Amino acid sequence: MTLTQATSETVRMLRFDRVQRGAHWITAALFGVLIVTAIPLYFGSFFGLVWPRHLVVQIHLWSGVALPVPIIVSLLGPWGASMRRDVRRINMWTRQEMRWLKTLGETPLVADKFNPGQKLNAIFIGASIVIMLVTGSMLQWFRFFPVPWREGATFVHDVFAFAIFAVVIGHIAMALTHRGALRSIFTGWVSESWAAKHAPVWLKEEKTGSDAID
Amino acid sequence: MSFPREVSPSSEPPKRINVGRRVFLSLAALGAVGVAFGASIQNFIGNAFGSGLGGLLPGGDHFRIYSITGTYPKVSRQNYRLKVSGLVHDARTFTIEDLEAMPKTAFVKNFQCVTGWKVPDVHWEGVQLSHILKVVGVKKGAVALTFESYDRADSESLTLDQAHLPDVIVAYRMLGAPVTTEHGGPVRLYVAPMFGYKSLKWLSAIHVVDQEVPGFWEQNGYPVNGWLDGTVGPKNPDPGLT
Repeated sequence: MTLTQATSETVRMLRFDRVQRGAHWITAALFGVLIVTAIPLYFGSFFGLVWPRHLVVQIHLWSGVALPVPIIVSLLGPWGASMRRDVRRINMWTRQEMRWLKTLGETPLVADKFNPGQKLNAIFIGASIVIMLVTGSMLQWFRFFPVPWREGATFVHDVFAFAIFAVVIGHIAMALTHRGALRSIFTGWVSESWAAKHAPVWLKEEKTGSDAID
Repeated sequence: MSFPREVSPSSEPPKRINVGRRVFLSLAALGAVGVAFGASIQNFIGNAFGSGLGGLLPGGDHFRIYSITGTYPKVSRQNYRLKVSGLVHDARTFTIEDLEAMPKTAFVKNFQCVTGWKVPDVHWEGVQLSHILKVVGVKKGAVALTFESYDRADSESLTLDQAHLPDVIVAYRMLGAPVTTEHGGPVRLYVAPMFGYKSLKWLSAIHVVDQEVPGFWEQNGYPVNGWLDGTVGPKNPDPGLT
């Protein structure tokens, strides 16, 4: 091997391929647009004079409709192998991972490619996309639904909007304080020493070609 | 809840459980329950915390401010005029003082948008539309009213019978203060038994006509008779609903 001279600092591992990075950043951009447009729509009393509401509504609506597209496209098709593998990783948890999350990181963890917090973030965002899409569609195409359902859809859309806002803020805060992980969503790469510290299960798997998930 | 200690030797990968799918489906189920019972939950929040704090909570009391044109027409109290014309004996133009001099009607009723949001217990004050019609005198052959807005975009309609309902008012006070510009002030329509889009904002003119002309939202697919119980006939079969 030509890499025998390299240290674990310089050996790089691909954490996110091009397809995953693309899906992440398009989804992130759409979430950004949705959050920015949601604020004047929700707090209309304060922003109504500044914003042409109908335009804001259209931007919010179509960004919302587009929201699941990058993830679906990245999962389907021959380019989606890494994406599909990571979805399986996020799905499957060891008891140790569950315990680590329940104790908020107080119990030992031999981490997978993603730690339980990261996994939970991905699951929450995935479910939120579905919930927001369904309730948002009920608000937009309301005449197919009875009035109490419309009220319920408004309620759920509002509550999840607040939850998503909090989770996204948390996600960005964690990213900014974990530079190695942050760099990997821009460039795709992490160092082997990063993987040894933060994702030993994944590192072992990549080294040995074994598969802990399936 | 406790789990057995990890005893599996390192050669054997630990057992994995599909937590992702379970959490995902639980959240989806939570969303579905929220859609089904959200209206009741919202009422509970409104009752438990009142409209003040309730307004700060998600799902609390919020007006979503709509404007067709993207701006609000600014009409001062001094410059405000309401023109009433058409099939009437005495076409008139009223100032806001003229309206305030008429018998006042005040009540507390919900504002319910057709898209699903509701602001409970809004305080309304104004003059019954039926009184204005009495002042101008409706001619024979009149069957409906059309309403115009200072925004030059919105329009509305009511049948003559609907216009005589006691809780259909020309409102100049709302939420305990003069109607603000964003809520359609200085003067707006409030049609209590129907969805919010019937309560035209920035009311500028009323025409009494011999046939019903669908308004802006009706031309965009909303029912002409937008009763809160979801019926769309000219008469509400359940007058007690409001």
